[in-house]
Amino acid sequence: MSEIVQISDLHKSFGDLNVLKGIDLTVQSGETVVLLGSSGSGKSTLLRCVNFMEEPTQGSVSLHGELIGTEAGGKMQYRESELCALRTRIGMVFQHFNLFPHMTVEQNVMEGQVTVLKRSKSEAQSKAMTQLERVGLADKASEYPARLSGGQKQRVAIARALAMDPDVMLFDEVTSALDPELVGEVLKTMRQLADEGMTMLVVTHELGFAYHVANRVLFLHDGKILEEGKPQQVLKNPQTQRMREFLDGHSLFKLPD
Amino acid sequence: MVEWNFLAVFSDFDLLMIGLSNTLKVTALALLFGVPLGLVFAVMRLSTTRPLSMAAAFIIEFFRTTPPLVQLFWFFFALPILIDVRMTPFIAAIVTFSIQSSAFFAEIFRGGIQSIDKGQWEGAKAIGMNYRQSLQRVILPQAVKRMIPAFMERSIELLKTTTLVSTVAYADLMFQANDLAQKTFRPLEVYTVVAVMYFLLIFVFSQLSIAVERRLAQSGESTVR
Amino acid sequence: MTHTWDFATIIQNWQVLWVGLKGTVLIFLVTVVLGLAGGLLVGIARYARSRFLNWPAMAFVEVFRNTPVLVQIIWFYYAFPILTGIEVNPFLAAVLGISLNTMAFSAEIYRAGIQSIDPGQWEAGKAIGMTYNQTLRRIILPVAIKRVLPALTNRGIEVFKMSTLASVVAYVETLNQAKLIADLNFNPIEAYTAVALIFFVVLYPVVQGTYVLERILKKGD
Repeated sequence: MSEIVQISDLHKSFGDLNVLKGIDLTVQSGETVVLLGSSGSGKSTLLRCVNFMEEPTQGSVSLHGELIGTEAGGKMQYRESELCALRTRIGMVFQHFNLFPHMTVEQNVMEGQVTVLKRSKSEAQSKAMTQLERVGLADKASEYPARLSGGQKQRVAIARALAMDPDVMLFDEVTSALDPELVGEVLKTMRQLADEGMTMLVVTHELGFAYHVANRVLFLHDGKILEEGKPQQVLKNPQTQRMREFLDGHSLFKLPD
Repeated sequence: MVEWNFLAVFSDFDLLMIGLSNTLKVTALALLFGVPLGLVFAVMRLSTTRPLSMAAAFIIEFFRTTPPLVQLFWFFFALPILIDVRMTPFIAAIVTFSIQSSAFFAEIFRGGIQSIDKGQWEGAKAIGMNYRQSLQRVILPQAVKRMIPAFMERSIELLKTTTLVSTVAYADLMFQANDLAQKTFRPLEVYTVVAVMYFLLIFVFSQLSIAVERRLAQSGESTVR
Repeated sequence: MTHTWDFATIIQNWQVLWVGLKGTVLIFLVTVVLGLAGGLLVGIARYARSRFLNWPAMAFVEVFRNTPVLVQIIWFYYAFPILTGIEVNPFLAAVLGISLNTMAFSAEIYRAGIQSIDPGQWEAGKAIGMTYNQTLRRIILPVAIKRVLPALTNRGIEVFKMSTLASVVAYVETLNQAKLIADLNFNPIEAYTAVALIFFVVLYPVVQGTYVLERILKKGD
């Protein structure tokens, strides 16, 4: 196993608000790490710092042992070109899909390949079809996103990210905006990815997914990692009062014995 | 009772047609330069670099708050003193109306760009696009559709404003009308015919713009003003 | 070529400009009052169900919105007197052109404002026994006008800029006077820059005020 993402002493504040207060996290190749925590705990911000949708205020992120940014005068400096190149290697899926409504499903999946990676149209097209087949939506290739269900949109968004051949995938509450009956198909796709050995960092409220799929679970509270470990251990034997309260809040979740 | 006599007007109608074609030429050229310039000003104004956005804001506000006729006089009479250029009425008209309409187009572009959901920028960013790629491939194609009605309205305003070039002796429809009125001693008929010509021209464009707006509304596309 | 800016001749001739400014303010006040008040009447007529009110109002709006103001001013100056025998001086021609144009534009603003009011308001007025006119005056218009205030302010700004068109028929206003100074002193650059600055200085705060007004109204609605 090799280290894919390494985060050390990460801080992020918005104005006076300190959201992340020193996070250390290493993600190994092929690992699925689930980030739990109540709203405001900083889990989404942490995820967004990994691909620099938000720039950390302090601390560092490395991909494959390569430090992102350059240090100058005690502060990290990031160039746009460096971050763009980084983001092609880190896929991200959002809560609200963020598909491009003026492009067909296939064009959505081709866009980054052609515009950013400069792949040829035919190569991008065949890659797009492969990924759409992978998420079970090859037959929707020529539809516009507006004609798809929420679950289908989210699977297209996953295919769009996969088509860039990323080293790691970030999932930011990807089932939170879905109708309950559509959650399953997205989780199934994610599980399949995990089984295929994709490295994944997942922010979710789906404790069942965390329990069955994650290799490791992290519980964030107030900008810090409060608990960390195997899902069976963290979810069944929480060590802190906070974690117990958090789990009590998810009464629908029944752990299998 | 006044006796209308259109004979004199229609025997020299080709004079008015030349004017009409010049009016359309000035409008088209001002659009050709004004629209891309407007996009540049809009992007500058939206920039997070403060000097850039402040400079754009100043240019936009200045050209929106000063009368177009003053701008035209300035470019025609004053600019050649400041920089060594040979100014013709035609060039002055193109320069004035390109910049003047670009200030208005900039605000339309800005409104359109800002109306696009932030998630679209994030979606583009997440697949590695830089600012220019995101704007070009993802944001503008969506924004432009919403801007079309405002765009057409502004273009019609521009068409009306081009009448001002007659004051610096460019042979647009208005100028040709003045010319013809003096030649024929028939101002009533000449100016009435010219008013009708302008009306028909602008009315057709207005109706077109209303039809387009309705089409967009039917397809569920929101528009910006 | 470097030009040495010299505003001395402008300052020496401030009285000439001052006369022009007074002319600008006069024509602005007359046209903005006539235009916005007349526009309200046309807007109400445009909204009316009676065809005898609705159709002429619509024709009026279309004609004056779809012709350039300069054409209107020139028409009133050169053609209208022949048609009617009424003598038209530059002031009257400009006032007619600008205020009729403003009436047409503001009529559409008022109409949009009236249409934006919830039909329930009309019904509520009817239910307490009000006539159409009473409901319109007491219930609909106060809210509608408040809503379209930013649009009306923008129209006012346009009217102020439009006043320069009166110079084309030699009405004495700011631009006309600047032209005079420029011709006499051979300093068009300072003269026209001064006029541009005057308009900018007057209108910039008004434009900023409109933005503030828009924000306040958006919050209150």
